[in-house]
Amino acid sequence: MANETVIETQEHEHGHSHDVKDNELWGGGKEPFRASYGKLMMWYFLLSDAFTFGGFLIAYGALRFSMDTWPVPDFVFQTAPFGISHAPLIFVTFMTFVLIVSSVTVLRAVQEGKRENKNGVINWLIITVFGGAVFLGCQAWEWTNLMYTEGMNVYINPFSAHVEKGKYLTFAELEKEAAAKGWSKEKVSDHETYYFKDKDGTKYFEKRDHEDKLPKKMDIEVSTPYLITYSHHFHDYAPGAYKTEAGVVKTEQYGPKSFGTLFFFITGFHGFHVLSGVVFLLIIAIQSWNGTYVARKNGYEMVEKVGLYWHFVDLVWVFVFLAFYLL
Amino acid sequence: MGHHTTVKEDLGVAVKGFIILLIVTFIEVGIALVGNGHIIEGFKLPKIILMTPIMIVFSLYKAYYIVSIFMHLGHETKGMAASVVLPMLIFIWAITAFLWEGKSWNNNQNYVNDKNKESQIVPKDKKTSLIQPKEYISTEINFL
Repeated sequence: MANETVIETQEHEHGHSHDVKDNELWGGGKEPFRASYGKLMMWYFLLSDAFTFGGFLIAYGALRFSMDTWPVPDFVFQTAPFGISHAPLIFVTFMTFVLIVSSVTVLRAVQEGKRENKNGVINWLIITVFGGAVFLGCQAWEWTNLMYTEGMNVYINPFSAHVEKGKYLTFAELEKEAAAKGWSKEKVSDHETYYFKDKDGTKYFEKRDHEDKLPKKMDIEVSTPYLITYSHHFHDYAPGAYKTEAGVVKTEQYGPKSFGTLFFFITGFHGFHVLSGVVFLLIIAIQSWNGTYVARKNGYEMVEKVGLYWHFVDLVWVFVFLAFYLL
Repeated sequence: MGHHTTVKEDLGVAVKGFIILLIVTFIEVGIALVGNGHIIEGFKLPKIILMTPIMIVFSLYKAYYIVSIFMHLGHETKGMAASVVLPMLIFIWAITAFLWEGKSWNNNQNYVNDKNKESQIVPKDKKTSLIQPKEYISTEINFL
């Protein structure tokens, strides 16, 4: 360990100092805060990292407060693998569960490290690596679903919530409205999908829900969440037409694009922490296995440090979970 | 490295922590689902005054538990714990200030949009206005 050599050189250099008396120098025997250099510095690194994440999440809050409307989390995050839909927050709760389990298993590794139990350390670290990998896999699925099924990316956010009351129009109703207003009926090229186009070029489609069907509830309340369907048949968005209480026909507006940007950026930054944590855990597991820590004065302290980092990843997830999924 | 805990004690800490974090998470998700009307048809809880504070308090409790027990900060010296926790207090200011700022962007944006809409209404007696309203009024500001 680098810090041990540093301590030793400090002891040797006592004689060279003329301005400071020997008894005023730190002799290396008693550590400040009774914590080792490495552990202390890991704490301060984590403190700085907490400020980075804090800054991102505060930016999320400020941008969210600056918008009239915002996507509703339990509508956006309602799908899970194996064709599960209409299950709000269930998949992300599973991801949280995985992260809590891996946090407990790394705690076990730290405890076994204090007992100098090599096999215990390795086993618990490997289980933790597995937990981290499962979490990353879940996140990969969530991102893929949002990007390639729902059509959200850092530029376009098709999720939002209504700001006024109204009713979705069926195709027949829409056709009647269009005829009265003189809108043209057009066909998506090469596809049997029709839409209407007004003089400004705005396109009016019949509303489609998550499963590409007419929604079960055609009535719109204030703050009813919606998704502008990304049609995989013709590779474009099809904003649904609705009629407000005042009798105006409108199309769904795209949601604030900062939602998509912040979501991918913040969960991506957290995911990158998980990924690097998995790499660190593997390195520490290999070093435990080849006996590096048996030879060290401070034993399995590296396991404690990587444990601190891994717990921090779980800690950050508590707040990412709060900001994106619960509030 | 002194090891003054038994395997049983260690396991106890781990299992207790696991159960506490899991239960708190389940309560949070449960409140979110019930409160947003997903479990009982037509039943909702007030969001801002009830659900939001509960979620924040539970999340802070989870954070406290992870830091204090799992990361062992509760067992370090008081000075070290303070050197890590006290700088966090700046978040109280930062969250207040920036959410306030966000709301003020929203107000300004809505104010300008409303003014634009007002000036879009052409007076009835000015039927032959040379400038078409759409041309001199910029589209709604949307800088985000």
